Amino acid sequence: MTKMTYREAVRAALREALRSDPRVFLMGEDVGRYGGAFAVSLGLLEEFGPDRIRDTPLSESTFVGAGIGAALGGMRPIVEVMTVNFSMLALDQILNNAATLRHMSGGQLNVPLVVRMATGGGRQMAAQHSHSLEGWYAHIPGIRVLTPATADDAYGMLLAALQEVDPVFIFEHATLYPLEGEIDETAAGFDINQSKVIRTGRDVTLLTYGGTLGKTIEAADHLANDGVEAEVIDLRTLRPLDTPTILASIAKTHRAVIVDEAWRTGSFAAEISAQITENAFDELDAPVMRVCSAEVPMPYAKHLESAALPQVEGIIKAVQQVVPRNG
Amino acid sequence: MSTTITPERLLADRDHCLFLLREMLRIRRFEEKAAEMYSLQKIHGFLHLYIGEEATGVGAMQAFRPQDAIVATYREHGQALARGMPAKVLMAEMFGKATGCSHGHGGSMHFFDASRRFFGGYAIVGGGLPIAVGLALADKLQNRQAVTACYFGDGAVAEGEFHESLNLAALWKLPVVFLCENNLYAMGTALSRHQAQTNITLKAQAYGLTSSAADGMDILAVEAAARQATDYVRQGNGPFLLELQTYRFRAHSMADPDLYRTKQEIEEWKKRDPILLFQRRLQDAGVLNESALAAMEAEVEAEIDEAVQFAESSPWEAVEELLNDVERRRTQ
Repeated sequence: MTKMTYREAVRAALREALRSDPRVFLMGEDVGRYGGAFAVSLGLLEEFGPDRIRDTPLSESTFVGAGIGAALGGMRPIVEVMTVNFSMLALDQILNNAATLRHMSGGQLNVPLVVRMATGGGRQMAAQHSHSLEGWYAHIPGIRVLTPATADDAYGMLLAALQEVDPVFIFEHATLYPLEGEIDETAAGFDINQSKVIRTGRDVTLLTYGGTLGKTIEAADHLANDGVEAEVIDLRTLRPLDTPTILASIAKTHRAVIVDEAWRTGSFAAEISAQITENAFDELDAPVMRVCSAEVPMPYAKHLESAALPQVEGIIKAVQQVVPRNG
Repeated sequence: MSTTITPERLLADRDHCLFLLREMLRIRRFEEKAAEMYSLQKIHGFLHLYIGEEATGVGAMQAFRPQDAIVATYREHGQALARGMPAKVLMAEMFGKATGCSHGHGGSMHFFDASRRFFGGYAIVGGGLPIAVGLALADKLQNRQAVTACYFGDGAVAEGEFHESLNLAALWKLPVVFLCENNLYAMGTALSRHQAQTNITLKAQAYGLTSSAADGMDILAVEAAARQATDYVRQGNGPFLLELQTYRFRAHSMADPDLYRTKQEIEEWKKRDPILLFQRRLQDAGVLNESALAAMEAEVEAEIDEAVQFAESSPWEAVEELLNDVERRRTQ
């Protein structure tokens, strides 16, 4: 086990992939000489050279499309789209090409492409640099959507993604990069299909992913002090969603609160809520609750941004609405 | 205007000339049959015909080898046939049958053939260009001696991806032959109504590409220009843009009432029908006579009829297979 930050974990996985597979290369804006906007790829250009660490022009649609083409051509490209906010400029390539080519070609083609991008708010970046759109991507059949919340997952999920034969999108919440964790670099067969029960509990199931996992665990700690035992599940992968793990927990706790940094309307939280009511309606002792971002473009001022994002107090409050006192 | 190839040269290249004519005829008859099948409601969805543009598809394709990659648009029937995809699997695809080249998943706009490195018809204008850049990047990184042919229309020139892709291909010196089939209309909007600079070769030069233009109604001119462009790219000089000036005789799609151009304009262009021009030229040179032409027509007609019969008699994909090609099949 090695202790490292989330940022170092992504870098370690990139290095491992570049060393072990000559087909792997990294491309994106400022991934080379700059070292990555979040310093993830710092030093990789020097180690692997400009053929494999490729700085691109600011042309998201074309370098994502080129990633698709290179994958069709036998390579294993890793494309870094600096942040989810800029990925909107590549949405046509993602939705209309990456996700469709296998099906549209009658199964003749597949696109082994990995796209990484930072996501989320909380850093006073205002309305154009704080989006949390993983849920949009999870809407699309034909791609996989991974949301590593820990350094261990940041490392393992990237390596596992490169073993896939279809496009994988990895969303790295930007507030997580400096967080430390233990990495098991020797672990084989890293699983990206299952959600993980982070903390067991009998009273309520807290479901979350990515940047809000820390806040959710903190809320569970507070709740424990009040005698409420919350089970915390890190969804880890939004598509395909590991519904059995969620349902097994609901069968035990009979209550669910979903924490999702996206806007409430049409959020991924809404999808989970629907799956629970469709599949476990009889298990529920209370309505499924959602803690999401306020429906406002993300404000710059710190106090307003904090008010817009899901917070520990909001999670506790939502739980208190569905768990009877002295329950 | 037309290439200055002597009748003697045509005679010497007799077999190749007849092959080119036959390839164009196959496309023309295939498209006419497709239109007929559309009106019989055997083909549905969008249907974009290539009639009038046969010389660009067939002529340029002669410059590409089996190891090269081809990327095309939603008006890709001509390129698919010229690349060697059998007419019957294309017709079956448009009928929506399981025996179609894309198992009936794609229809008219999405022909694929991995074995021939035909990487498909892309139906979002400009969407194929970045794919072509990536295919060429993969070839370059793996030291494969291959180029990527990227067909697109004048409409794509307005899209950001055209500019981004030309820039990236030139910046990285990638082996892409950009083939702009300029038929003068982006659906119904004339080039001069959507571009301040209508010279497409100049746009390419602004991104550092070498470029040229050729008469897209003269198949020998197209072939010569494409060979020149492709040789340039094969020599490691980076990408090349070749503009092929052509015209579509039919509407944009079967749904288009064609109100934005005059009948007179269409008739003027039809005088330069690439098939008739080449046919006449071959007849004048003594390469082709009436009976040989009739025999060729009969063979082509038989092939297209067989394609329709194949499509008609082919099975549908079972509904149970609906979700099978979304991602790799997994064992539960």
